Amino acid sequence: MEATYMLLQHYWWFLVSLLGAMLVFLMFVQGGQSLLFTIGKTEAQQSMLLYSTGRKWELTFTTLATFGGAFFASFPLFYSTSFGGAYWLWMLILLCFVLQAVSYEYQAKKNNLLGKKTYRIFLLLNGILAPMLIGIAVGTFFSGAEFVVDKQQLTCTQNPVVSSWKNPGHGLEAALVWWNVCLGLAVLFLSRVLALLYFINNINDDDVQQQSRRRLPWEAALFLVFFLTFFVRWLLQDGFAVNPETKEVFMQPGKYLINLIEIPAALTGLLVGVVGVLLGIAKTVFCRRWRKGIWFAGAGAVLTVLALLLCAGWNNTAYYPSTASLQSSLTIENSSSSIFTLKTMAFASILIPFVLAYIAYVWRTLDRHKVSRQDADC
Amino acid sequence: MVETIDTHLIDWSRAQFALTAIYHWLFVPLTLGLGIVQAVMETAYYKTGNEFWKKTAQFWMKIFGINFAIGVATGLILEFEFGANWSNYSWFVGDIFGAPLAIEGILAFFMEATFIAVMFFGWGKVSKGFHLASTWLTVAGATISAYWILVANAWMQHPVGMQFNPDTVRNEMVSFWEVALSPVAVNKFFHAVLSGWIVGAAFVVGVACWFLLKKRETKFALSSIKIGAIFGLIACVLSMWTGDGSAHQVAQKQPMKLAAMEGLYEGRNGAGLIGVGVLNPDKERYNDGKAPFIFKVEAPGMLSLLAERSASAYVPGIANLIEGGYTQKDGTVALSAQEKMERGKLAIRALASYRAAESDSARQQAYATLDKNFKYFGYGYITNPSDLIPPVGLTFYAFHVMVLIGGFLLLLFAAVAFLSYKNRLAPKRWLQRVCIAAIFLAIVAGQAGWIVAEVGRQPWAIQDMLPTSAAISKLPTSSVQLTFFIFLALFTVLLVAELKIMISAIKKGPQIEQAQ
Repeated sequence: MEATYMLLQHYWWFLVSLLGAMLVFLMFVQGGQSLLFTIGKTEAQQSMLLYSTGRKWELTFTTLATFGGAFFASFPLFYSTSFGGAYWLWMLILLCFVLQAVSYEYQAKKNNLLGKKTYRIFLLLNGILAPMLIGIAVGTFFSGAEFVVDKQQLTCTQNPVVSSWKNPGHGLEAALVWWNVCLGLAVLFLSRVLALLYFINNINDDDVQQQSRRRLPWEAALFLVFFLTFFVRWLLQDGFAVNPETKEVFMQPGKYLINLIEIPAALTGLLVGVVGVLLGIAKTVFCRRWRKGIWFAGAGAVLTVLALLLCAGWNNTAYYPSTASLQSSLTIENSSSSIFTLKTMAFASILIPFVLAYIAYVWRTLDRHKVSRQDADC
Repeated sequence: MVETIDTHLIDWSRAQFALTAIYHWLFVPLTLGLGIVQAVMETAYYKTGNEFWKKTAQFWMKIFGINFAIGVATGLILEFEFGANWSNYSWFVGDIFGAPLAIEGILAFFMEATFIAVMFFGWGKVSKGFHLASTWLTVAGATISAYWILVANAWMQHPVGMQFNPDTVRNEMVSFWEVALSPVAVNKFFHAVLSGWIVGAAFVVGVACWFLLKKRETKFALSSIKIGAIFGLIACVLSMWTGDGSAHQVAQKQPMKLAAMEGLYEGRNGAGLIGVGVLNPDKERYNDGKAPFIFKVEAPGMLSLLAERSASAYVPGIANLIEGGYTQKDGTVALSAQEKMERGKLAIRALASYRAAESDSARQQAYATLDKNFKYFGYGYITNPSDLIPPVGLTFYAFHVMVLIGGFLLLLFAAVAFLSYKNRLAPKRWLQRVCIAAIFLAIVAGQAGWIVAEVGRQPWAIQDMLPTSAAISKLPTSSVQLTFFIFLALFTVLLVAELKIMISAIKKGPQIEQAQ
C-alpha cells in the first residue's frame, strides 16, 4: 500500500513534470510572438509568422490548462498554497494568456476595436512576459517561497485558511530573486531559439528563413549564458532535502547535483536533452539547407526541463520549499492527493499516448503544407 | 488575538469569480450550440458535395472562431481562480474536485485544441472526410469538456463519493463513479449543454432572420433557419425535461435553494408553483410576519408535484428549514439551523481534539464524535442562522426569468420551424425581428440559470460542508479588488471587440449570392 502510494506520487510528479516540459517546448509560440517585429519586417512576413504560430497557440494554451488541472488533481496543496499565495505572479501569467487567446483571432479582423497593431503588441507582450514569468515561477521550486502551511488552522472557525503567504508582495517578490529571473530569461531565450527553428522548418519564404538563421546564433548565445548561469548555480546550491524517516526538511549542500547522480534517468535525460538542443541549433547554423533543428532542439528542451523538474521533486526533495517555515515545504508526499485519486487518474492517464498520437498526426498533416505568402494573404 | 477573515474579502472573491463565470458563460453556450449547427451543415456538404453547404458552414465557423477564443481565455482564468481565490476550498476538496479538471484536460481540451486547427486551417489541405471528422471532434471536445466541469460543479451542489480524512484534514474520493455519474452531474450536464444548444439555435435563427429582413442571402438564411429552428425546438423540449429533473434534484438535495427559487417562506402540503409574481420588498427577515408577495399567480399543487412527484406532498419553506421541527420524508424530525450549527461546531472541535490527541483512545473518541456530526461540519463556520438563506429576490427572479424565456423560446422555435417548412416565413417581418431579439433572451435565460444554481447555493461553496467564508484564500482585499477591476475592464473591452468583429463578419455575410 505504502509502496504503491509512493510509486503513484512519483508517477504523477513525472506526468506533471512532463506537462511542464512540453509547455516549455510549446512556448516556441510565445518565442515567435516575441520575434514578430524582429523577424517580420513587412506586413506579409508578420502575417506569415502569425499564420504559422497561429496554428499552434491552442496547443500551448491547452498544455498550460492541463498542467494546472493535473497539478490541482495530483498535488492540491501546491495548487492551494501557490496560487492562493503567489497571487500576483499567477494573475500576471493569466493576464498574459488572456491577451494571447483573443489576439490571434482578432488581430486580422475588421472593426476589431483596438486596431491590428494593438493586438500584435499584445502578442509581443505575451511572447516576452509569459516565458519570463513562468520561468520565474518555476525558479521558486529551487529558491523557495515565503509561506506557512498549518492544517490545524481549519479548526479555527474565524480564520480557517490552511495556507498563508508571508510576503506582502504575494508572488511579485519572486521577480526580485536573481536566480529566478535568470531562469526566466533562459526560458525566454529558449522559446525564441525554438521559434526561430520552427520558422525555419515551417515557413517557405527566403527572407524569413535568412533572417531566422541570422538571428539564431545570437539568441542561442543569450540562452546559453542565462541557462548555464542558472544551471551551474543549481548544481552547486544547497537544496531542500527531506529525511525519508522523519520527514523533516533540511538544507543539503549540492542536493540537486546529488539528485542528478542518484537519478540516472534524469542525468541521462539531461545529457541527451542538452546535446539535442545544441545539435538542433548548431546544425541549423552550419548547414544552411537543414530545416529539422526544431525536432532535435524541441525534444532536447523537453528532456532537459523534465530532468530538472524530476530533480526538484524526486529523491526525497521538497519541490516547493518554504523559506518562511522550512517544515511547511511541500513534498510530493505531503502535498499529493489520496492513493485512490492518484490511482484513478493513473487509469485516465493511459489515454495520454493516444492523445499524443493524434496531436502528432494532425501536426504532421497540417505541416505537410508549409506556410507561404499565399497563406498569409488569405 | 485571533486573526479573522475580512468579510469584504469574501464578497470581492465571490464577485471576481462571478464576473469571470458570467463572461465565460456568454461565450461557451454559443460555442456548444453553433458547433453542432456548423457540423450538421458541413455534413450536408460532405454528403451532397454542394458548395452552398460548404460556404454556409464556413460562414458559421467564422463566427464560431471569433467567439471561441474569448471563451477559452475566460475558462483558463476560472480554472486558476479556484486556487488563487479559493485556496482553502482547493485543499479541502482538491482530492475530488481536481480529478474531473485533470481528466477534462486530458480527454477534452487536447481534442478541441488539436482538431480546431484542422477545422480552421485544414480546408483544401486535408480530405473532406478528415475535415468533417475534425469539425465533429472539435464539438465533441467542447461537449466532453462541459461534462467534466459540470461533474465538478454538481459535486459542489451535492457532494458524493468521498470521505473526510482527519489525518490529512480534507475530503478524499472513495468512489470515482459516484462522482462521475452522480445523477445531479448527469442532469446538470444535459441541462447546461441543452441551454447552450438553445443559445446556438437562437443565434443562427436570429442572424439568418436579419439577412431575410435585409433581403440578402435568402437561400442561405432560410436553410439556416430550418436547421436552427428544429435544433432549437428539440433542445427546448429536452431542456424542459432536464429542467424538471433538475428542480426535483434541488428539492431533494438543496431544499433551501428550492424555497428561495419559489419565494416559499412557509412550507405546506400541495404547494403551488409560482408562474408570475412580485416579491414584497418590505420583507426583510424570514420571520418578520410580512407577506412574501405583492402579487403572484400560481399553479396549485405543482411545486409539490415538481419537488416530490405528488401534488399533495409537503414542501418546506425557508422558515421551516431555519426553525426545523417538521417531519421529513424518512419520518425523522428536521433539525433547526441552530442545532445544525451546534453539531457543526462539535464536529470542528472534535477534529481539533483528534489532531491534538496523544493517546489512541482519545483519538478514537474524538473521531467518533467527528464522524457522527460530520454531516453538519460546514454549519460550524456559520455564525447566524439567517446566513443560511440565499438572496431570495435574485434567486426567485432569475429562476422565473429562465423558465418564462424558455417557454417563450419553445413556442418561437415551433412557430419558426412550422412557417419555414411551409415556406411562409419570408413575409413575416415582425417575427423576424422577434427572432433577432430572441438571441438576447436566450443568453439572458442561460445566465439566469447559472444565477439560480450558484446564488441559490449560498452560503455554501460545497453544500453543507464548506461555506464560502471558510473556502477563501487569505489575501489583501485590495489585491482582489484590483484584479476584479482589471478583469472587468479587460473582459468588457474584449467583449465589445468581439461584438464589433462579429457584427462586421455578419454584415459581410457568407457571400454565396455574389459567388453565384
